[in-house]
Amino acid sequence: MTTAHPRGQAAPAALEVHNVHKWYGAHRVLDGIDLTVRPGEVTVIIGPSGSGKSTLLRVVNHLEKPEVGHVSVGGEPIGVKRHGGRLRELGERAILAQRSRIGFVFQNFNLFPHLTVLDNVAAAPVATGRLTGPAARDLARELLGRVGLGDKAAAYPRQLSGGQQQRVAIARALALRPGIILFDEPTSALDPELVGEVLAVIKDLASSGTTLVIVTHEIGFAREVADRVVFIDGGRIVEQGPPGQVLDSPRHERTRDFLGKVL
Amino acid sequence: MSEPPGAAVSLAAAPIPTDAPSQQPNAQRVQPLRRPGRWIVTAVVLVVVAQILHGLVTNPFYQWDRFRYWFLRPAVLDGLLVTLEVAALSAVLGLAGGILLALGRLSASPVLRAVSWTYTWLFRSVPLIVVLIFLYNFSALYQTLSLGVPFGPAFVTFDESKVATDLTIAVVGLSLNEAAYAAEVVRGGVLSVDQGQHEAAAALGLPRGYQFRRIVFPQALRSITPNYVNQLIGLVKSTSLVFYVSLLDLFGTVQSMGNTYPGDVVPLLLVATVWYLILTSAVSVVQFYVERYYARGATRALPPTPLRKARTGLTELRARLRGEAAV
Repeated sequence: MTTAHPRGQAAPAALEVHNVHKWYGAHRVLDGIDLTVRPGEVTVIIGPSGSGKSTLLRVVNHLEKPEVGHVSVGGEPIGVKRHGGRLRELGERAILAQRSRIGFVFQNFNLFPHLTVLDNVAAAPVATGRLTGPAARDLARELLGRVGLGDKAAAYPRQLSGGQQQRVAIARALALRPGIILFDEPTSALDPELVGEVLAVIKDLASSGTTLVIVTHEIGFAREVADRVVFIDGGRIVEQGPPGQVLDSPRHERTRDFLGKVL
Repeated sequence: MSEPPGAAVSLAAAPIPTDAPSQQPNAQRVQPLRRPGRWIVTAVVLVVVAQILHGLVTNPFYQWDRFRYWFLRPAVLDGLLVTLEVAALSAVLGLAGGILLALGRLSASPVLRAVSWTYTWLFRSVPLIVVLIFLYNFSALYQTLSLGVPFGPAFVTFDESKVATDLTIAVVGLSLNEAAYAAEVVRGGVLSVDQGQHEAAAALGLPRGYQFRRIVFPQALRSITPNYVNQLIGLVKSTSLVFYVSLLDLFGTVQSMGNTYPGDVVPLLLVATVWYLILTSAVSVVQFYVERYYARGATRALPPTPLRKARTGLTELRARLRGEAAV
């Protein structure tokens, strides 16, 4: 799983980032990112704050539009289509359909506060026309059980702890059966004693073979679950490789510097 | 001086643990601060209120017997019905128009933004009475009139002489005005919803209409409700202006009755006052329950209904009185 070469040509990469540039005015946030993630692989992205990690994730599901380059998920370009030799922007409806196949878990959970926990999880499969109401609620109950919150279905998000809310948010992302799930610092908004329960759920997903891309500051967790660790600084990938290599014997000065500060 | 600490500890510790707490509750109980100033203020206010009420009841100027005579007269009730009809129709149409205008203001299209802004600017600038009288004279200028959504397609085209009744003119005028204000209320509500909610809805790939109807708007309603009810109460009172387009609403009826029976002007005005008070109170009661409904999920526990509040208040008062009696 951790070799740098693709195993075969048959299966398309779960995620491919092609030369992505993103800037706000004169500020370059992403400065030529190339990245390939194979199906089932767990990629952990680390780097100093402001390095572009979160922006990269948000480009993947097109919450941010890249100025140059594009992203493919499962071989399908996101937010654009090939037209002749060029890339053309897709309409909103098509982009929304693509997003529904990419799970996204936010740092601040962003659960819908006016819906019960069950409806939070069941809403998207119904709204996107994949499941009927009863089927979606059955699925939601099953997923809530899987994240250990089967008894909280009738509660409202604000009645839950941060860790519980984040686990609901993970169940909500899973309800669309995405091919890949992106985590944007999923434990950064949590009290320290609640971090473990969320990481345990993510670890469970990782071992079940779901493709995950995780932006995190939890270096210990990265070592445990990652097939590959990617270190980003200044909008560029500085180095990447198996966790043992990047975290324990980094080749670059900047990586050593960063790890020295956070470890 | 070596003794006190130990003595103090034993004294404080003694009654707490094993003794039955009901036997010595007052040793530990904090005595509430006495507030004589508050009692004096209460007494003064009560005296003033009593004087005002006494004046209201006994002053022959108000002619309460005539008030009783007029309060439920069919003419007055007909006027009240017109007021209700105009207010209800304008409230619904105004809110619908306001939502469309707010969506226009928030849309990505510069044209829609400009049109919505201009509409709001225009109708917030022109006094309602001018709009009404302008519409009233409209039928003299045009034979037919198309009615549609503001800047939307025309639904129907009317032969003006048939359709432009006084009621229609009143409702259209009030709705046009109301929509401009409602637009700002709705826009403010939508802007108050956390950006993360928009992002989460977009990230889940929820269809655009669903995002607004089921995710953003219900959350916006929490801040829209109190502001729109404010508008609504203003609207109920604004309906008194339709008198000037010769529609006999509550105020219009009272006014014309006052012209016929000049001696009853004061009791007639009191009749109108009391009815407007009742309407406003009804709106406020509805507001409480609507706000309570949309507070689901926003607070950990819903605010108690007035009935429940009164009941707990009574229980507390009784407990306090019993406690005071025990002392």
